[in-house]
Amino acid sequence: MRYLYKLLAVLVMSAVFSLPSLAVENNCQSCHADWEDEGGPASMWDGDIHKEVGLTCADCHGGDPTLEDMDEVRQGRSYVGVPKTVAIPNFCGRCHSDPSYMKKFNPSVATDQLDKYWTSIHGQLNEQGDAQAATCVSCHSVHSIQPAKIPSSSVYPMNLPGTCAECHANPIYMKPYDIPTDQYDKFVGSVHGRQLLEEEDLGAPACNDCHGNHGAAPPGLDNISAVCGTCHARQAMLFAESPHKEAYAKAKLPQCETCHSNHDIIQPIDEMVGVGEKAFCARCHDADSDSKGFETAAAISDLLDSLVRIERMAEATIDEAEIKGMSVDNERFALKDVRSALVESRTLIHSFDLEKVKPEAEKGMQLAAATHLRGLDIIEDYYFRRKGLAISTIIITLLAIVIWIKIKRFDNS
Amino acid sequence: MAGMKTIGAKLYDYIDERVKIKELVEYMGSKVVPKHGHSIWYYFGGLSLFFFIVQVMSGILLLLYYRPGADSAYESVKFIITTVEFGWLVRSVHSWSANLMVLMVFIHMFSVYFTKAYKKPRELTWLSGMALFGLSLFFGFSGYLLPWNELAFYATKVGTGMAGAVPFIGDFILQLMRGGSEVTGATVTRFFGWHVAILPAAFTVILTVHLILVQRQGMSEPEGWANKPVSEKLYMPFFPSFLLRDLLLWLIALNVLAVLAVLFPYGIYPFHWELGIKADPFLPPPLVIRPEWYFMFAFQTLKMIPALVMGIEGEILGIFGFSIAGLIWAIVPFIDRSKPGSIKAKLFLIFGLCAVGFILVMTIIGYLVE
Repeated sequence: MRYLYKLLAVLVMSAVFSLPSLAVENNCQSCHADWEDEGGPASMWDGDIHKEVGLTCADCHGGDPTLEDMDEVRQGRSYVGVPKTVAIPNFCGRCHSDPSYMKKFNPSVATDQLDKYWTSIHGQLNEQGDAQAATCVSCHSVHSIQPAKIPSSSVYPMNLPGTCAECHANPIYMKPYDIPTDQYDKFVGSVHGRQLLEEEDLGAPACNDCHGNHGAAPPGLDNISAVCGTCHARQAMLFAESPHKEAYAKAKLPQCETCHSNHDIIQPIDEMVGVGEKAFCARCHDADSDSKGFETAAAISDLLDSLVRIERMAEATIDEAEIKGMSVDNERFALKDVRSALVESRTLIHSFDLEKVKPEAEKGMQLAAATHLRGLDIIEDYYFRRKGLAISTIIITLLAIVIWIKIKRFDNS
Repeated sequence: MAGMKTIGAKLYDYIDERVKIKELVEYMGSKVVPKHGHSIWYYFGGLSLFFFIVQVMSGILLLLYYRPGADSAYESVKFIITTVEFGWLVRSVHSWSANLMVLMVFIHMFSVYFTKAYKKPRELTWLSGMALFGLSLFFGFSGYLLPWNELAFYATKVGTGMAGAVPFIGDFILQLMRGGSEVTGATVTRFFGWHVAILPAAFTVILTVHLILVQRQGMSEPEGWANKPVSEKLYMPFFPSFLLRDLLLWLIALNVLAVLAVLFPYGIYPFHWELGIKADPFLPPPLVIRPEWYFMFAFQTLKMIPALVMGIEGEILGIFGFSIAGLIWAIVPFIDRSKPGSIKAKLFLIFGLCAVGFILVMTIIGYLVE
């Protein structure tokens, strides 16, 4: 009989959790709205995705929403109430880790968030009972949870850096962990941050694109290139085949980060390559002890400089021709090819192999030179047209004068 | 020289013996043109003819490289202006000459109207001139689409859409013009056919009739000459005096055309014809959709008429108004039997002035509101 009662209890509980769409009277919201201040759960709930899919307060917090007396609700067997902070992941995970339940709302939705969470730094701290460690609600908010694709969501790509910064940019909050708190400031000024936050380019990475989201962790020395390589695949591949991979590993240097840094990655400039003042190569390769690396860096830098110079020269010539009113559509296309060669040459730098950079840079230089010459031809054609016009105008005018004299003669006679 | 003359005289006799040109030469030799303060207006018909000849010649040259169709029209025009030797010049001349031809036709038509040169016996000359005027506008409209660029696409879409608003037959006209319900590659092919075959053929026939009528009837004399003594009337021989003056003006026009075509190959803002980007029905329309300047007054008027006027659709009302005004304009020789200085004559003068004023004001507003 006892087993029968247990089975019955399980069935009832299942019914409570698995039939959320039953339209029952929701006294939770009406009561809470009466005595809560603005910004409390009842007022935030209207914009929550859980409400949109038909869930009620009782689906998470348990209790009988049809009861009007709060004490009676608390005494109910199904009542869960407010979970403790460290219990939140498992609290959300009751549903979000249950594929058969979640697929009722979205068959393609992921249900591995909780598993990943326990692998994250946040999850590990939580396991140790650290109530400060981020849980689901730290990022997703509570009672106004929205999917990441909604622009007002706290985890929408453009809002996410700010969400992470709420904790990670707070020196007091982060003090126990002894980690920097300038990541957000650095990110905002970085090439990624400006692209995402200023240009509103959702293709640009937010924090989670490098660190992961539910399984968030700082990438280790060995896998930084794998993280960067998810977007910068070609550079990562070239680097992996280059002699630098082994050298960096020996020196315990992170791969991409050594030259490009991490949160404050700036727009790469050509001066970063070579042996000049701003060049990174010269930090390790000097002329005396490492002449081969030094020479290669200098030669690659020279190639890039030459290509940039000749590209600018060609562009200036085409601009001048265009200002003169000449059609330069084809030459503009050629300039795009030159630009592609320059971009490809800059990419090939990650091979640190002169023999790989040289053919592409020389191809670009030849094309730029040809475009420059074509631009000069067009400018010459511009002057040829004017000379031709002057000559034809003079001939036509002379002819007109002759006819005018003829007319006068006829009139006089 | 004597030998040359002999050969020339022999050749003349040879031709005369076969086609009897002596009478024609004598007739031309005796032709005279009235000489007075408004003689300048006689030359605008000739200038219109000059620009038409330039159009035919430059059009034939463009035809050597132009390929109609949605996939080839834009590309071929681009090829003409960027790669073909002097192709840019030919297209520039064709575009400038088209605009100048329409301008000359406008001036010629209004000068004939205000000098009342349309009166008996020149009713048919006026009618044939009106037909040539209409064909000139259609030439412009059909040619505008041929480069198949963004602006042309949307201007044609709007233009043919207006024709489609005509009650009862609008849909038929729209389908006939577009070659379907939308402006597509089929419309380009269709407009190309109109532009290089049907319109030139019709224009040439009507132009021939128009010129024969002008030659047979001679230049109209000013109305005030009717009561003037013969001794006070001044004339100049058609050949060579008038013809040489015509030729002089043609040379000046050629010079102006050459200067404009070389210095401004893509026109002068807002009258310009840069190729721009290729027509793409899936791209959003450009901020400014502008017809050719000679359609601007009609375009602007239709834009300004409210959507509903006394329960009638504004666009339909506008098109109806233009049709009535155009019809009155076309049949003016048959309804204007006024005597010089009479109230009726003044009414026709006011009607003409209103038409010119309306066209000018609406055109200016059209460009200003952009």
